[in-house]
Amino acid sequence: MDISTKKSDAPPSSPLPADLSAAEQKRAARGATRPGDRVFLGLSRGSGIFLLVIMAAIAVFLTYRSVIAISKNESNFLTTFEWNPTAAEPSFGIAVLAYGTVVSSIIAMVIAVPIAVGIALFITHYAPRRLGGAISFVIDLLAAVPSIVYGLWGALVLAPHLVGLYGWLDDYFGWTGILEWQGGAPRSLFTVGILLAIMILPIITSVSREVFRQAPQMHQEAALALGATRWEVIRMSVIPFGRSGVISASMLGLGRALGETMAVATVLSPNFKIEASLLDPNGGTFAQNIASKFSEASEMGRDALIASGLVLFIITLLVNGAARAIIARRAEYSGANA
Amino acid sequence: MSQTVNVERPSTLQGARLPKWAPLAVAAGSIALGLGISAAAGLDSSIQWALLAAIFFVLASYGIAARVEGRRQAKDRVATSLVWVAFLLAVIPLVSLMWETVERGVKVLDGYFLSHSMGLVTDTEPGGGIYHAILGTLEQVGIATLISVPIGILTAIYLVEYGRGRLAQAVTFFVDVMTGIPSIVAGLFVLSFWILILDMGPSGFAGAMALTILMLPVIVRSTEEMLKLVPNELREASLALGVPKWRTIMKVVLPTSIGGITTGVMLAIARITGETAPVLLLVWGSTFINTDPFDGPQASLPMYIYQQYANSGGSGAAYDRAWAAALTLIAFVMILNLAARGIARWKAPKTGR
Repeated sequence: MDISTKKSDAPPSSPLPADLSAAEQKRAARGATRPGDRVFLGLSRGSGIFLLVIMAAIAVFLTYRSVIAISKNESNFLTTFEWNPTAAEPSFGIAVLAYGTVVSSIIAMVIAVPIAVGIALFITHYAPRRLGGAISFVIDLLAAVPSIVYGLWGALVLAPHLVGLYGWLDDYFGWTGILEWQGGAPRSLFTVGILLAIMILPIITSVSREVFRQAPQMHQEAALALGATRWEVIRMSVIPFGRSGVISASMLGLGRALGETMAVATVLSPNFKIEASLLDPNGGTFAQNIASKFSEASEMGRDALIASGLVLFIITLLVNGAARAIIARRAEYSGANA
Repeated sequence: MSQTVNVERPSTLQGARLPKWAPLAVAAGSIALGLGISAAAGLDSSIQWALLAAIFFVLASYGIAARVEGRRQAKDRVATSLVWVAFLLAVIPLVSLMWETVERGVKVLDGYFLSHSMGLVTDTEPGGGIYHAILGTLEQVGIATLISVPIGILTAIYLVEYGRGRLAQAVTFFVDVMTGIPSIVAGLFVLSFWILILDMGPSGFAGAMALTILMLPVIVRSTEEMLKLVPNELREASLALGVPKWRTIMKVVLPTSIGGITTGVMLAIARITGETAPVLLLVWGSTFINTDPFDGPQASLPMYIYQQYANSGGSGAAYDRAWAAALTLIAFVMILNLAARGIARWKAPKTGR
């Protein structure tokens, strides 16, 4: 067979010992003289490089079009409160979008993180094993629902159901100004925040669940042996162990909330201004603004939208990078598949 | 011996405990109280009485437990009920989403709906269907899959089987970063170079390129995890027989992990099938059947839902179509998900243990 013919010229190069220096490894890898090996190595390395090229290209092309747009902008890109890229004197800024994006994401995080941590604890420490498995499965399915369906549900089911809550908040907390409501359709940043919370719940839950599951059994048993209640075990041994994991999980969720497009575009009735009230429709988000303004945008308008998209890209890059850095410090798990 | 550590056994070391049925009794009591108050105050929403009942339950169980068992036990009970509340809170939207989609979706979902397009049907009148959208989705997702599966698997092979240097580290890092790219940014990127700079028109292929960017990192990640599960002994056995490395990968490593890789690819497909934003920017949507993904606007299922929702001015017929399309989309995505998990279980890599 062909194995016997190839035996003679097979160099024992492939299972590389880990302690070889990089240069030696490179030589050894190249030492694979067969054309098949070289082609295969080239192909797979090329794919890796292709991925890097795409990332670089995204940054370069977005920056290029953004520079075109910003150079024509007559007002400050960061602090302007309007979006008129097609006017004779183009004037557009991301202040309102940044406000809306940050506010809706904060609302989403405030709602989602405690609930997600609760569910993760429920699955790992409270529920019977069978039930825990079933719930994990259901939560994973929740992650698979397309965002446009969330949007449709949010606009046609969730928003009408929130009228009562809005009225209640306005009655009792309207004096704060933040929760004042004029009585319009409840399609505000607050509703968007609730919807985003539902959408990012699965990823935060599944990453937290993995961390909590890895909490050292010995610590927990030691705490139990000292007479701790179940809650004390969790507070003393599980949560300190999982804190960094929960933080990075939350940041992964934050990254999704910041970039969510269609659900926000469907639910929010945008209004290009900043007001104190979260319940009245005002503000917008980066992604929502791009989706809503795109169809009627001219070339200049598209470049302006690309400029705002670049800002979103940088923000999500920073948030995700930070989350990954925290995860990388504990290399045992990864949330990328979640 | 075992009796001394048995917690259930009453002993002098242990304080008084509430009987096992106590939480149930408190729950029944608080639900009754919640219902009673809402009936008295004329509240009609079921969410309100449930909220009231939940608050009563937490307060009452804390109070009773604090009196009988002490504060530490009471805190434990509160934590338990809060964790249960968190779980129930998450179930409500899921059940509501599924229920509403199925209930409103089945109204117009039939053979006619699946086999006709929206050509010559205005948005406000009933009729029409999603045939053109299904076609567009299948073509766009198919092209994206064809591009990203080979590249993604090869990249994962590079990372696991070859990469040890700087390049591999950089690729690993950027794959992680790429998983976080918002879909709208991927769409804007393809828009900026394909449509604005190369001056191409909208097409299914442009959308497929953006979907590729979203799909690649998912495939790389899951394939990487699967390749790492392949025991090293298998590779060493093959290499020791003099089989070249590339044939070892093709004939030993990949077949061993094919189940997991398939699962990853199917989950990635399920993820991009629901993407609307890139399609909105690059394919534009259409009401007519366009079988050519390389020329002219095309429809897609998520895009169809958005258009039926946004362009119809609140007409019931359009909303019905949107729900029916949403039901079709969810069914497709869920079947892919379930099948993927089934394959994962069925073809779990034999790690020799």
